[in-house]
Amino acid sequence: MTVLGGIGFTAPWLLVALAALPILWLILRAVPPAPIRRRFPGVALLLGLNDADAVSDRTPWWLMLLRMLAVALVILGLAGPVMNPETERARISGPLLVVLDGTWAGAAHWPQMIETLQGELDRAATDDRAVAVLQLTRPEAPVFQAASTWPARLAGFQPAPWQPGDAQIDSAVALIAGAEATSAIWIGDGLAYDGQDRVLSALETLGPLSVIQSGQNVLGMTPATYADGAVQLSVARAASGPARAVTVLAQGRDPAGNPRVLATAQADFADGATEAQTELVLPAELRARVTRFEIQGGRSAGAMTLTDDSLRRREVALIAGRTDREGLELLSPLHYLQQALEPTADLIDGALADVLPANPDVIVLADVAGLTDSENADLSAWVENGGLLLRFAGPRVAASDVSRDTVDPLMPVRLRSGGRSVGGAMSWGEPKSLAPFRNSSPFFGLNIPEDVRVSAQVMAQPGPDLAEAVIADLSDGTPLVTRKRMGQGQVVLFHVTANAEWSTLPLSGLFVEMLERLAVSSAAATPEAADLQGTVWQPEQVMDGYGALRDAGTLPGIDGPRLVEAPLGPDMLPGIYASDDRYLARNVLSADAVLTPATWPARVPVTGFRAAPPEALGGLLMALALLLLAADVVASLALSGRLGPTRGAVAALAMMLMLPQGADAQDTEVQSAIEATSEVVLAHVLTGNAEIDEIAEAGLRGLSDTLFFRTSVEPAPPMGVNLETDDLAFFPILYWPITPDQPRPSSEAYARLNDYIRSGGLILFDTRDANIAGFGTASPNGRKLQDLAAPLDIPALEPVPGDHVLTRTFYLLQDFPGRHISRDVWVEAAPPGAEQVAGMPFRNLNDGVTPVVIGGNDWAGAWAVDTSGNPMLPVGRGFGGERQRELAYRFGINLVMHVLTGNYKSDQVHVPALLDRLGQ
Amino acid sequence: MTPDPITLRQSAENQAARLPALLARAEHLAGAVLLGDHGRRRAGTGDDFWQYRPAQVGDSRRMIDHRRSAMGDTQFVREREWQIAQSVMLWCDQGASMRFNSTDALPTKAERARVLTLALAILLVRGGERVGLTGTRLPPRRGRMQVMRLAQMLSEDSDDDYSPPEHRAMIPHAQAMFASDFMGDIADVQLALTKAADRGVRGVLMHVLDPSEEAFPFRGRTIFESVGGTLRHETLKANDLRDRYLERLAARKAELQRLCALTGWHYGVHHTDSSAQSALLWLYRAMDRTVMARG
Repeated sequence: MTVLGGIGFTAPWLLVALAALPILWLILRAVPPAPIRRRFPGVALLLGLNDADAVSDRTPWWLMLLRMLAVALVILGLAGPVMNPETERARISGPLLVVLDGTWAGAAHWPQMIETLQGELDRAATDDRAVAVLQLTRPEAPVFQAASTWPARLAGFQPAPWQPGDAQIDSAVALIAGAEATSAIWIGDGLAYDGQDRVLSALETLGPLSVIQSGQNVLGMTPATYADGAVQLSVARAASGPARAVTVLAQGRDPAGNPRVLATAQADFADGATEAQTELVLPAELRARVTRFEIQGGRSAGAMTLTDDSLRRREVALIAGRTDREGLELLSPLHYLQQALEPTADLIDGALADVLPANPDVIVLADVAGLTDSENADLSAWVENGGLLLRFAGPRVAASDVSRDTVDPLMPVRLRSGGRSVGGAMSWGEPKSLAPFRNSSPFFGLNIPEDVRVSAQVMAQPGPDLAEAVIADLSDGTPLVTRKRMGQGQVVLFHVTANAEWSTLPLSGLFVEMLERLAVSSAAATPEAADLQGTVWQPEQVMDGYGALRDAGTLPGIDGPRLVEAPLGPDMLPGIYASDDRYLARNVLSADAVLTPATWPARVPVTGFRAAPPEALGGLLMALALLLLAADVVASLALSGRLGPTRGAVAALAMMLMLPQGADAQDTEVQSAIEATSEVVLAHVLTGNAEIDEIAEAGLRGLSDTLFFRTSVEPAPPMGVNLETDDLAFFPILYWPITPDQPRPSSEAYARLNDYIRSGGLILFDTRDANIAGFGTASPNGRKLQDLAAPLDIPALEPVPGDHVLTRTFYLLQDFPGRHISRDVWVEAAPPGAEQVAGMPFRNLNDGVTPVVIGGNDWAGAWAVDTSGNPMLPVGRGFGGERQRELAYRFGINLVMHVLTGNYKSDQVHVPALLDRLGQ
Repeated sequence: MTPDPITLRQSAENQAARLPALLARAEHLAGAVLLGDHGRRRAGTGDDFWQYRPAQVGDSRRMIDHRRSAMGDTQFVREREWQIAQSVMLWCDQGASMRFNSTDALPTKAERARVLTLALAILLVRGGERVGLTGTRLPPRRGRMQVMRLAQMLSEDSDDDYSPPEHRAMIPHAQAMFASDFMGDIADVQLALTKAADRGVRGVLMHVLDPSEEAFPFRGRTIFESVGGTLRHETLKANDLRDRYLERLAARKAELQRLCALTGWHYGVHHTDSSAQSALLWLYRAMDRTVMARG
């Protein structure tokens, strides 16, 4: 096959005929269009009339062009053009080792990579070669198997959210050296990393090596920082290229708790630049809601950056017990707090009653003793809801009766009256220094400067529970800082003043660090390893290679310094880490990360992904030529006058041929609306996959038939619904089978779907994979479901409880099988207050219809019948299978009944009361 | 297509049946009036009473004789004895150019011209006139048989593309009617008309045209051929010729009209897409007028 300009030709010599086109042009040009012979008696009057214009006998140039084009297309078509021609490679026998980078950089085009790998496996299969696949990010001993067995296992390869580290490279090199392969293919992700050359040389010792890597540029986001009142975002790309705009999305939860794009910013790569900056000015409220920034369409862990406390500036209300004396700023109880907090927190001033409605994160009470009862109650409620009340002692507290006899609710410990003063003029002893922080203290690991001295303090009343409350104490064992948990919040008391009157603590850097540890302030920049000395960070959510967050579960905690310094790896996943109330995000790219494109020596052949299978273009060209010739017929007729008075009709006919659709869209719309509303119609979402859509329709047909036979619901034949164009309001229930490759609806479609859900519609999501992944991201359908459902306004969900109305709307059911029998079917969660009353079989849940039912049991497959009513797909085995199909039908009937009758069956719990009343 | 004489006659009868009988007013000209032929023992134009006959469909109300009719329920017409007969000579173009119709929905010019000619002949025969063809083949005679003969003769086709008007053997001071498309040489028409005028023959020229000959709706490269195939003209842009063709056609009509004005004939244009009835009506009036002009 000859390849010209990326298009291969099976019969390239035919292209020589193109040279004949100019000759054809001359010939066609010389021959005027054929005349029409007409009988016309009036010819006697015409004799002697000459044509005024002798040129018009020539065919007009545009008609010539049309014909030339048609002929050229025919020639090209006959030459057998093939798009994406396959280049031939030397055939090698012996085992083949396929090495995958398998990093986050490849996540964006992982499916294409798998497809390419599939192509390579196919080729190896035709050559009858054994194949082993080695993923550098998760090296495992390569197992050579027949190439044909591999495709089924490819789904197990997923991109890792890290680059291969030294350990992985070492083990990979060892594994490669031990592999008995005669050639190797390296599918790279396009980024350079340390140790790549070692793997390269190891592979080259095996035999011929070829490299396949995507031609797409890798995009990455470095962590967002906060500076100059705006969030600074920085986007990097591996290879410089032409100017390009990248949209950065700020994702977070809206006040209703739904994930949503909160803001967007556009970063523009200059021509040739590898880095683009942008900034996003967000109100503090909104900024606190942002959970991550991601590059739109990035789909990889590197293309997003998680936010942590560095963006979350806390709101701190400062309240002092004594009015400032003018001019004595350094004596002001709040001066040092203001200095310490100003860079990293938003300070609120005002009276307590004014501050509380603003719901600050922290309220600092510096030497405030007397609080009214209502203030006490409000403050308590606020602390219970997660507020941090930070109190400082002082002369007033020492002099007051607060927490004297019993523990004040807003004090962590009981206080002894008066306090004590050490090292003063009237007392013995030296001012006390701080004792090292204990293991259990949040301050553990902080360096205590030598010059911190405490000369006065309020004393805690000794008691059995005092030790538990102390988180910092003095060298003599008396408490310096005590803490008490209260609801979701806490109360912390510094037993010294917030100014330098009683101690030098507020003068030292330790004060700021302690405030940071208490999450009163948050560090503006990513903390250094030294700052985190002694802390242990528990992973909350971790990312996979695609950038999807999942619950960290039981992953072990990580040492503070390691969290910052250690390279990412299997035991150091990117994600959100928490320590006490502080959150730290570990992102894939660090602030100073540079994406370097992988470079390969000239001796290694590098190819791109096979973008598409070879595609013969001949038929298309021929069809185009035919169209042109048809147009030529019309044009010639028009030109020679043969079209005559009917030319309008012919033109209309031609238009109809060209545009077979588009007529009467309005009418069909109205027609389908009438069809959908004149009877109950079950509907399914058209996924674009013909087979799935057919099964879905057949399934709903089977369910409709069953409903017709058994119940008074008599549905019309089901309809497929195009989310983009069709009106959803007509359908009581929407069956939505999930396929990994279905397009994501537009935002208008989502708006309609949300309207549909809010106005009482029900969407039955079916991942059709037996829910093996538990709706995690491990199965492609589960991942797609998460992706599809994220913009939907779905309430909190729970697995169907035993007393859910779905279990008894028509049949009494315990579980809801389809073709699969997974028990996990999720519906809207019951309201938190629902309690089971003694003697009642069900809870009283009068909460309407669940807007979604999510499961993976492939119900449509179980319901599906063909046009003669026979089941289309097998369910289970034997009679047990038929029983399962019957139960699937019963679930369908219950579901439709639930949609149509709402909580009617749930109301039955009132029946005893009603009977009771009737009996009176 | 050669029409069947029977059907031709039938359609002509149909046309004729709708008009009251045309009784050509005789001119008292010696040559045309047969001497001693007054009082022909039959009804016709005259002063003497001939008979009362019951009124028939088509008789105008004015013809009813109320003195006689008042005696009973039947209405009667008083007929007078036909006294003077007129010779009318017809010529219908049988050239090939007449056998043309632009669409199948329209009759050919020849068909229409024949129907009109024969309808006129029937009217005239019914009125007692003597009707014949110009030339020597069918001299004017009376009677129903003559209609049959006329139909026979008219149904013949000529192979010539354009046949010139037959002007031989014209009876002096008779009336004549020429129906043709007059696409041929105008000199022949001129000759015929001047000869007729010389003999004192007055009459009507019926110019029968197809609508396409008036509109010339042609485009593109075209070879125009006469129906007989003797003439041909090739053009590359037919639409360019239209204006000049229409000019020539108008000139031809003007020339015919001028000739008619000179010779005292009447000139009328009939298009095959308009109704034959109106054409016959016009012919009737025109024949009437020629007579009136004399009388």
